[in-house]
Amino acid sequence: MSSFEPRIIAFCCQHCAYAAADLAGGARLSYPDSLHIVQLPCTGRVDVLHLLKSFEDGADGVLVAGCLPGRCHYLKGNTHARQRVDYLRQLLDQIGLAADRARMINISAAMGARFAELATEFTQRIRELGPNRLAAPLQSPATESPETAS
Amino acid sequence: MIVAETKPLEQIRQMLTRHKKVLAVGCGTCVTVCSAGGAKEVGILAASLRMAAKVNSETLEVDEAMVQRQCEVEYLEPLAEKFAGYDAVLSLGCGVGVQSIAQHLPEKNVYPALNTTFMGAPTEQGVWEERCQGCGNCVLHVTGGVCPVTRCAKQLFNGPCGGTEAGHCEVDEAIPCAWQMVWERIGRLGLIDELMELQPAKDWSTSRDGGPRRIVREDLRLPPDDEDYGENAT
Repeated sequence: MSSFEPRIIAFCCQHCAYAAADLAGGARLSYPDSLHIVQLPCTGRVDVLHLLKSFEDGADGVLVAGCLPGRCHYLKGNTHARQRVDYLRQLLDQIGLAADRARMINISAAMGARFAELATEFTQRIRELGPNRLAAPLQSPATESPETAS
Repeated sequence: MIVAETKPLEQIRQMLTRHKKVLAVGCGTCVTVCSAGGAKEVGILAASLRMAAKVNSETLEVDEAMVQRQCEVEYLEPLAEKFAGYDAVLSLGCGVGVQSIAQHLPEKNVYPALNTTFMGAPTEQGVWEERCQGCGNCVLHVTGGVCPVTRCAKQLFNGPCGGTEAGHCEVDEAIPCAWQMVWERIGRLGLIDELMELQPAKDWSTSRDGGPRRIVREDLRLPPDDEDYGENAT
């Protein structure tokens, strides 16, 4: 399991997180290449269905990264996104995938280092959870991921 | 509109244990508007069921479809071929929709994915409240547009009970006292004198007490094909 490199879909707002990821890259700060970034005009565009489909198609983790609270360029897009991520986390629990596979973070465009830090932290959490069983071939009980182990 | 909410995923999974190939069908009217059974909710539920089955090493194929109005057979007929390819149908319609599909498909298992809850209205985004119980004998003209049948926990017809406090119902502080609302509104309309008239006991035979109800509109019914028009025939 230690060699497991997760696939993480990061839905990033163009006004903050996407720019922060850019800044991290420009500053030569490394963050895991497991992150596949999807640029959005605002995290308010994100729908539960987008996030759920990412998992159904085999993503090991989903990160939604929006502006700092109260700083959304469209007023409340980041708040709506957080509500949807909270709903998704409940759904993941009911489905039998760990809620921790989805996370919402809030950062500004100037927080390149913080983006790299949070991305690394989240990737580490997903590594602990192991691969998404929907993508990986079904494992024997001895090697199953922690979320399904009883 | 008819307001409903999704059943817990585990309950739906239990219903479907005997089936391998299921069609999840949404409805494009009330339950779409109350975000319980529209195209998006069908997508979320179908994906959740597929994923839960896979996580639990079960075989379950769930496809998605939408019907504009599940409660009318004309909208179900075009889907006949599609229905034929599935073991069971999971309806995200209201209870009327589920029963209409079941009646339309006598040989097929049809399951409800929603709990149909009430006839109501959205009071803010994401919040719905009950407004009508379909008692069959509307009294809103007497009570200033506030329904005592639905909004008074005791269904009182002649003023509030002793449990009303500061405009709220004793059943739950979040429920405004219907009679307080009636009083304020009727007062604004200057109709207090009319409100003072005692209301007789309500005839509940028009409500559920008379069994399932039926409305027949002879002016709208289709005449039989062999109608004999007698001398008026041209």
